[in-house]
Formats: sequence, C-alpha cells, structure tokens
Amino acid sequence: MTANLMRDPGDVSAGQHRLQVITFVAGKYVPIILLFMLSIVIIAPMVWTFSTSLRKGKDSFTVPPKWLPTDLAIENYAEVFEKVPFDRQIVNSMLITWGTVVGQLVSASLAGYAFARLDFAGRDLLFWVVLATMMIPIQAVVIPVFIFLRNMGLVDTLWSLILPAVPTAFGTFLLRQYFLTIPIELEESGLIDGVNQWQLFYRIYLPLVKPGLAVLAILSFNFHWNEFFRPLIFLIDNENFPITLGIFQLQGYMMTGSIAVVLAGVVMSLVPVIIIFLLGQRYLIEGIMRGAIKG
Amino acid sequence: MTTAKGAEVGGGGILHWLLQDTMDGMRRRRAILGYLFLLPTLLGIFIFTAGPVFVSFGLSLFRWNIFKPPDYVELANYQRLMGDVRIAISFGNTLKFTVLAVATQVSIGLLLAMGVHRITQTAMRYYFRTAFFLPLLMSGAAVAVVMGYIFHKEFGPLNYYLGLMGVQQIPWKTSADWVLITIVIMSAWRNLGFTFVLFLGGLSNISREVLDAADVDGAQGFRRLWSVTIPLLSPQILFAAVTGVIGAVQVFEEPFIMTRGGPGNASRTAVMVLYEAAFKNIEYGYGSAIAVVLFLVILAFTVAQMWMSRRWVFYQ
Repeated sequence: MTANLMRDPGDVSAGQHRLQVITFVAGKYVPIILLFMLSIVIIAPMVWTFSTSLRKGKDSFTVPPKWLPTDLAIENYAEVFEKVPFDRQIVNSMLITWGTVVGQLVSASLAGYAFARLDFAGRDLLFWVVLATMMIPIQAVVIPVFIFLRNMGLVDTLWSLILPAVPTAFGTFLLRQYFLTIPIELEESGLIDGVNQWQLFYRIYLPLVKPGLAVLAILSFNFHWNEFFRPLIFLIDNENFPITLGIFQLQGYMMTGSIAVVLAGVVMSLVPVIIIFLLGQRYLIEGIMRGAIKG
Repeated sequence: MTTAKGAEVGGGGILHWLLQDTMDGMRRRRAILGYLFLLPTLLGIFIFTAGPVFVSFGLSLFRWNIFKPPDYVELANYQRLMGDVRIAISFGNTLKFTVLAVATQVSIGLLLAMGVHRITQTAMRYYFRTAFFLPLLMSGAAVAVVMGYIFHKEFGPLNYYLGLMGVQQIPWKTSADWVLITIVIMSAWRNLGFTFVLFLGGLSNISREVLDAADVDGAQGFRRLWSVTIPLLSPQILFAAVTGVIGAVQVFEEPFIMTRGGPGNASRTAVMVLYEAAFKNIEYGYGSAIAVVLFLVILAFTVAQMWMSRRWVFYQ
C-alpha cells in the first residue's frame, strides 16, 4: 500500500499524483467502512438477543425492534427458572462439560505422550488407527452407542454423555504434536537426575505442554457445552437436560408469546463460553490454527 | 512405578527382567508404560467409535424395531431406502445446503480476513476479530432459537428493516423456496468466525517479502488475489472446505429447532431422517442403513477433497 505512495514522484504530474492520493485514500477507507457495516450486521442478532431479553414480556415480539434495553425487565430471567428446571440444567451442563474436559485431558495427555515419546511394538499402527477414527462422524455410531448405554443402564444419566466423549482421537493427536516439539535432550538430563519414567512424564513433560492442554480444554469446553444431538437422544427427563435442551424446551413452551423469556435463557447459556473466550481466546484461536497446519 | 533403584530387589524372574537397572530394562519399562498410557484412549475408542462403526454396518442388515427381535433381512433396508422419497429429498437438501453453506462461509470468511489483515491499528483489529468471531461461541441450538425469531415473517427484525428499504416481507421459514437459503444464512453467520480466524492466521503467516515481490512484479488487485494470495492460503482453504463439508453434511439442530424440517420436507436433512427412523420410529436397522449411507457420503467427500488437494494445495 504505502509502497505506491512512496515511489519517486519526480516524473508524475500533479494531476496524476492527486488521483493517486484519492485512490489510495479510497482504497484504505472504503474496505474499512464496508467491514464496519458488516460487523454491525453480524453482531446485531446478539445485541438484539440481549436487549429483547430485557423487554417486557407482552411487547417483546413487536416491531420496530428496540436496541436499548430500557425496560430492564429482569423478571424474564427469573421466569426461565419457573418454566424449566434451569438451575438443574446449568449444573448438568457444568458437570457434563467439565467431566468430559477433565477426562479428555487425562486420557489424551497419557496417549499423546505415549505416541510421541515412548517406543513400543505396534506404536505407529495404533496411531494410524486412532487417526482414522477421527473420520467417523457421531451419526455413524450413535445407534450402537445408544443401545450399549441402554444395556449398561446409563441412558438418561449424565454419564451417557461424559463416558463416550472422554476418549478423543483429536485430543490425542493434538497433544502428541505438542509433546513432539519438546527437545529430547531434556529427557536425557532428566534421567541423569534419577527421575523415574512416571516422574519424567508428570513432572518434566506435562508442565511443558500446558499451552496444548489449554487449547484442548477450551475447544472441548465450547464443543460440549453447546452439544445438542447426543443429549437429545441419550436423555429423557428434563431434570437431566443440559442448557441447550432446556432452551429448546423453553422455546416450545413460549411459542411466540414472550420470546423475552426464551432469549433470557439464551443469554444465560452464553455466559460461560464468553468468559472462557475472554480468558483464553489466544488458545481458542491457536486451536483453530493448529488443525490447519497439519494440512 | 518403582524407581530405577528398586531394581536391586531382584528375586522374581519377570520382576527382575523388568526392573533391571540397564538400558534394556529401561526400554522394557518404557514399552509397558506406553501400552498402559494408551489403554484408556484405545479402550474408549474401541468401545465408543471403532467398534460401533462395524456394529452399524451389521445392524443395517437387520430389521429390528421395538416390537420384534432383530431379523436378518440382507439388503432390504437399503432397498427400502432407495425407494424412500422422503430420504431422497432429505439427502438432496443436505447436498444443496452443503454446497451453498461451504461456498458462502469460505468466500465471505476470506474477504473478511483480507480486509482485516490490512488494518494495522491494534484496537480496530481487535474489534473486528471479536465481532466476527463471537457468533461461533453460540450453540447451534441457541442460534436456531434466536434466528427463528429474527427470520419471523411478520415480527422478525430482519423483515422489518428490509421493509424500510422497500422489500416485501420474505417468507424465510415458511416457503419451500426460501427455507434452505435461510438455514444457509444462519449457519454461515455462525461459521464465518471459524473461516475468518483461520484465514487471518494464514495471511499473517505469509511472508511480507512474497507480497512485496508480487507488488514489484506488478501483480495487484484481483490478479494478486488469484495468483498469489489464494495459492499461499490453499492449506487453510482446504482445511476450511474439508471441515466445512463434514460439518454441513451433519446439519441437524438448525432445521430441527427452527422449522422441524418443514414446510413439508423442504428443510429436512439427512441426520433428521436418521434421527426420526432410529429414535422416533425406533427402527434401529433402518436407521443404521441411513447412518451407513451418510458415513459413506462424508467419507467420499473427504477423500475426494484430499485427493483434489494434491493438485492445487501449495505448501510454503
């Protein structure tokens, strides 16, 4: 951009030069203005959701839309808890999500370390098998898994969502990549200091892959907090529902009457993911990039 | 685990063999540790992913519903599936949706990323990055609920503002001609955050020298986009396309919540018919046949994209 302007203007006449300046200014500001307009369109639904969640129930679904939440009808938020067992559902979502995340961190760091740093017969074959299962979508296995969970008596429990989600091919692959980046010399110096194999993993390697653990934790938190398909199938009683199903049920109850209550539920469901985003967006974005680098 | 010094206990043959304080002993310990560390993941993947895939294939050869025990029917489920108009429509919708959604989110994500990439001011960059990324944090269910209101024909804010610009009320959710487009728009709205961040990261990895060299060679505007930027971004574009297709083929909660598949079957998708067959009509065999077909479609798409990528993806 600036390169154009700084080219030797010696042989350029004044008129041409002015034209260049105009094109430069237009080239610089027109895209920004367009981006700015687009950004407004993109955040508008979220702002509308928040404002409308605070409008008085009876006029929540009227036009023109109101963008400033001047009614401050907080009671919509209380009503969510009367219509569905939302307090239970928040706890359920927390338990399902954290249970899954912790389980994944443990199992994937063990497996990732084994694939990256330990040597044993069949390692590469096993790694290939694990990678291949990344290609299997949940729909391809959901019927047998449901039957299995039902036979185990786990249907309609939170375990039905946590247990099958703990083994993670993606997480294993991701953490293996992080373990591979750590120089092997470290291991040699560690062994000289007389640590055993477990300590080598737990005390020396694991602290060094913390960024990888953060990436996996955040991606997995977002994914499982927002899950809908598996809960819909594996859970029956709304006391066991996560928030996503709670909102769906709420929407069914309210129809188009007081949409403010439904949107209040949506706003509450967003709080944890927004907190996580603010705290760890670096890791979230790194996680997205990581996937692409492997090609 | 015992420390290496524990080797002195000797005694038992196998224990001695394992705990030897030699390089061989260590190698053996590390191998056994390897299998132990893999055990939870391998066992879990076997029970919940790798095993069930084969079970799905097997189940698809049975007729099995809530009333009767499983009955081996060979390929009857697949024959039934071929003649099922509802399934043909749903897979057709899914295909249309996939093509439109992936094209939209990749192209607009690319434009947004190229725009934001040129901005050098930190605060403005941060604003745009956050604004474009935020919708990705919402669950598909929340998006479907919110968009269900926004796209409402009479009371939705969208039609209200379009009305101010002189556009007649559009039946976003209630017309068979519009409903797929509506779902494309809402899922693109959410997934733009993903493609945008991906491409923005890719652009910042492209070295300044390459772009300057292009400048010197006189490549600008569209030509520079086509012959410099896009080839350099091709790994990210491939990744966005592959994950986009895999995600789009599985589209479920958006139509399930917003339109229940309607009007008629106009927004019914492949996963919806799978869900209905297996968990509403409790026909596990028939549902499995749909699952197998869906799986093969996703696999075919992924393999095709990977194969094509060998011809045009360029690694810097």
